[in-house]
Amino acid sequence: MEAFASLADGLVVAIQPANLLFALIGVLLGTAVGVLPGIGPALTVALLLPITFKLDPAGSIIMFAGIYYGGMYGGSTTAILINTPGESASMATALEGNLMAKAGRGGPALATAAIGSFVAGTIATLGLTLLAPYLVDIAVSFGPEDYFALMVVAFVTVSATFGDSPVRGLTSLFIGLMLGLVGIDLLSGQSRLSFGVPELYDNIEVTTLAVGLFAVGEALYVASRRHIQEEKLEAVRGSLWMTKEDWKRSWKPWLRGTMFGFPIGALPAGGAEIPTFLSYATERRLTKHPEDFGKGAIEGVAGPEAANNASAAGTLVPLLTLGLPTSATAAMMLAGFQQYNINPGPLLFAQNADLVWGLIASLFIANAMLLVLNLPLVGLWVKLLTIPQPWLYAGILVFATMGTIAANPSPVELMMLTVFGVLGFLMRRFDFPIAPVIVGMILGPLAESQLRRALSISLGDPMTLLQSPISATLLTIALIALVLPFFLKGLGRFKAVED
Amino acid sequence: MTQFRKGLWRSALAAAAVAGFVTSAAAQMELKIMAPAAPGGGWDQTARSMQQALTQSGIAKSAQVTNVPGAGGSIGIAQLVNNSKGDGNQLMVMGYVMVGALLTNKSPITLDQTTPIARLTTEYEAIVVPADSPIKNAKDLATAIKADPAKVTWAGGSAGGVDHIAAALFAKAAGADPTKINYIPFSGGGEALAAILGGKVTAGISGYGEFESQVKAGKLRLIGLTSAKKTANVDVPSIKEQGIDLEIANWRAVVAPPGISADQKKALTDTMDKMAKSKEWQEILKAKGWEDAYVSGDAFTKILADEQTRTKDVLTAVGLVKS
Repeated sequence: MEAFASLADGLVVAIQPANLLFALIGVLLGTAVGVLPGIGPALTVALLLPITFKLDPAGSIIMFAGIYYGGMYGGSTTAILINTPGESASMATALEGNLMAKAGRGGPALATAAIGSFVAGTIATLGLTLLAPYLVDIAVSFGPEDYFALMVVAFVTVSATFGDSPVRGLTSLFIGLMLGLVGIDLLSGQSRLSFGVPELYDNIEVTTLAVGLFAVGEALYVASRRHIQEEKLEAVRGSLWMTKEDWKRSWKPWLRGTMFGFPIGALPAGGAEIPTFLSYATERRLTKHPEDFGKGAIEGVAGPEAANNASAAGTLVPLLTLGLPTSATAAMMLAGFQQYNINPGPLLFAQNADLVWGLIASLFIANAMLLVLNLPLVGLWVKLLTIPQPWLYAGILVFATMGTIAANPSPVELMMLTVFGVLGFLMRRFDFPIAPVIVGMILGPLAESQLRRALSISLGDPMTLLQSPISATLLTIALIALVLPFFLKGLGRFKAVED
Repeated sequence: MTQFRKGLWRSALAAAAVAGFVTSAAAQMELKIMAPAAPGGGWDQTARSMQQALTQSGIAKSAQVTNVPGAGGSIGIAQLVNNSKGDGNQLMVMGYVMVGALLTNKSPITLDQTTPIARLTTEYEAIVVPADSPIKNAKDLATAIKADPAKVTWAGGSAGGVDHIAAALFAKAAGADPTKINYIPFSGGGEALAAILGGKVTAGISGYGEFESQVKAGKLRLIGLTSAKKTANVDVPSIKEQGIDLEIANWRAVVAPPGISADQKKALTDTMDKMAKSKEWQEILKAKGWEDAYVSGDAFTKILADEQTRTKDVLTAVGLVKS
């Protein structure tokens, strides 16, 4: 158990008062920027880099890790309370979380998010400790064809987010797929559907789309309904904390979310979006309370939040072992390492062991700090919902606009936000689900470029998709997931006849 | 208390003024440096490193970094040319990647509309293969690509970027048709690295920094760098020394807006000259592993013009730019 001995050494580094202070500053900053849409953890680390240059390497890298984890927590708070996901990773959380908040169960939603993040973060960090060297070999063996197969699995399973009408769901999905085409095609370097507008060359920003559809669309919808009937928001109904029932319904989704988040996050092209949506879809399938989905089901918050945090820990696997940054924040942390002449990669664990284990240990500490910090704040956060509706939604509009401008200072971006807001309003008005748009927009371009890469490598032979064992397995899973519901339905009818 | 504070401020200001007068005969500039990219990338890091070196050494009174991301710098350069015309305190970081991006994006604004100031750093491209590959050196790779360019798969950064251009130039130098190369773009060197390590592609091409630790750990074999001569940090002769006529570097530079006066241009150039020599800048270069490639004035203007011509030829040859 060499890893545990090293981890103990790491803890000694991490609990030095100065490093504890850096971790605390990091999680506070991270939570703050996570709550504000637009200013993500990546930008925060970028702004801090020149300041931390003179600090001791261990301290500043521990602080960056705190910001990273803190940002994940903060993002879920706004997603749940005001339906404004600060980053793409907390979009799945917004789906059920905001419905819970509106039903007066914002307290339990925030609590299950915080505790789930803690559980997932801790398990995943443990996984990072023990499995990093092995996991990285599997991660590297994932080729483009395997990623494509993973996307197919994701596409099939997230059809659960379609709501009741497959036609409406598919319409939404195709809107998303079309929006995903906008911009310069990665593989040919040619621009598509951008109509000569340079701002569109870099693809549509996912957060602009999500904030427009979710937050602006929601504000417009509420405004349009006001003269018909005033919707009463109750900040707290029942307990502010999680009930026994909530715990019972949360713990399995936490664990399942972790199982999705950590391995997929560790893949060099995995990211946080796929595991969060996979987790959401799984919980929706497995729940014993299907009637709650669409009205605020706690499983739909617990699972994706756990997946989100576990994938954040997973991202550190390729970063530390290969020097591969797989998210914007990880890229900034890599820059942070490099300014001290430390190059993450295969030699990092050997050359800078105390630093690496100090970092891993401080992740445990940051996680615990975040839990202690966030749980007492739950009561304060839900008070937000008692703000009179016109004020609250005006505030959301200001926040959404400011966040978009902060991330991308351009009038075109604001125009897009407005257009997506109107689109979101129309979709709500005519009862089209919003989640598939986001899913299509994120997964579509990924699946496309991975498939084209795979075919480019195989010189156009589609059999490459079946020759790779990983890809063949994943495609089989996708096929089963696709066919099984029909089969079961048929079986059910068969049984009914027998009766 | 307030009186005391005011007094303190005044004396501090006076001291600062004296210090400023002593350190530089020319007025210290209040610079604005634009990074035409999101925080975190190479241009952003260059801009923030300049800020650090300029303010810590006291060469500039202040240096403010702004980010204008988008379309490989096309949005940043448009803002520089349209909104900052005649502003003698504004600089923009740019690099070889922008030369290609402006061509492939059919940008209405070209680099000819800016005022070139200085080239700062350079990074050579490295070609690597998986450690168990039968390809041992640049000759082997050239032979393979000459036999069938489509069967040699390259992994690198975005289409039309410096990696793509270097791969096309390699094929051309090897005597193969550069339009036939099987180049597979990945979003960033990291994802490409995973494909190379996993043995999914024949060769990888990117800045040496992306591969360095893997080469040292023996997981990748370095075929060579695209420098003229072998550099001190590697054990392998350069690709040119191995008989393949390929020389290309991914440089980073600063340009100023159009319409500035000769005096303003001189002031900016002097400030950059001083920064390049400063201890602070040299330390940053060492820490980041950037090679010093400082050239200012007319020499840089000529480099910029030459690179634009050559890049246009290559991109036209591989079909990314329609002539």
